[in-house]
Amino acid sequence: MICLDLFLTFFKIGLFTFGGGYAMLPLIQEEVPAHGWMAMDEIINFIAVSESTPGPFAVNIATYVGRMSAGIPGAVCATLGVVMPSFLVILIVAKVYAAFRKSRLVEGAMSGLRPAVIGLIAAALLSIGKEVFAAAAELSPGAVCVSAAIFAVMAILAFRKKHPVLIIALSAAAGIMAGYLKF
Amino acid sequence: MRNIYIDLFLTFARIGLFTFGGGYAMIPLIQKEAAENKHWVSDEEILDVVAIAESTPGPIAVNAATFIGSRTAGAAGAACATLGVVLPSFLIIAALSYVLEAFEQFKVVQYAFRGIRAGVLALILKALWSLFRNCRKDVLSYVLIAFAFFARIILKVDVIIIILICAAAGIVSSLITTSAGKKVRP
Repeated sequence: MICLDLFLTFFKIGLFTFGGGYAMLPLIQEEVPAHGWMAMDEIINFIAVSESTPGPFAVNIATYVGRMSAGIPGAVCATLGVVMPSFLVILIVAKVYAAFRKSRLVEGAMSGLRPAVIGLIAAALLSIGKEVFAAAAELSPGAVCVSAAIFAVMAILAFRKKHPVLIIALSAAAGIMAGYLKF
Repeated sequence: MRNIYIDLFLTFARIGLFTFGGGYAMIPLIQKEAAENKHWVSDEEILDVVAIAESTPGPIAVNAATFIGSRTAGAAGAACATLGVVLPSFLIIAALSYVLEAFEQFKVVQYAFRGIRAGVLALILKALWSLFRNCRKDVLSYVLIAFAFFARIILKVDVIIIILICAAAGIVSSLITTSAGKKVRP
């Protein structure tokens, strides 16, 4: 039963994600913890894993959530679920794609969807940020400072177009150092 | 000549295996493999592929694979290409999940993830900025960004409802501007 639930939930997530990548984050954040499949801090950890492994974020996170909550069958169901809407929609669009490209309806919908995704990711970032810093505050005031410093430095590196894998590696190293120095 | 279905599967498996981070990172590789090497689509069609992948639901990589597979060899071709692009991620993550499970109780891993979580915030911030820079800057965009943000943060409206409202607002606004444009013109 959990497999069917995984399939349907990830089908819904796949169907309502436009633009790929982090566009999926708001829906994942809404659906996955609510089902009790995985806590938000584990999802944040996994974002880093997904950035450092090949393939689309959507497929990676579906596979991971499915596998952690219902083993390999769960991974298959969640991944099939997240891929299926794209697959079916594109099969139809590929037949009529000249009309689809020129459609004023599609263009209009996209002019509303792009800003929606930006606002939703901003909201997700804010609530994830709150969670990260609240978890640090439970450890010690020093841990909050360390998190803030890592965030600031990594933001500068990210805006200078440094590779995400480098940023994750440096963040990990800083976290390990701070941990052993008892911050 | 190799069977087209096997060829689609293997080519997209290679594309899936060598793209880190997904999304747009995959476009140059698709262009090289599917257009330059295999001639499944032309260079101009790659732009169409990107535009269509962006304006349909789901991951860009999956959309592009399905589209090219379908244009090359119908629904069966689409299935082969899509399976190809998904399978490497699936296998790697499924294997990695056992490793993560085994390692997560180690102190050093917990410390590492404490740092990583702060770093991930920076990555999301950067992605957000890139999306914003590429978004059209007009009143409608700013209103919808603010609407989506506050509806989610303060009113806790469902993500899907916000998406549907914004899509409808975009459609209505484009219908109003085009019909207004028609009236002005003689």
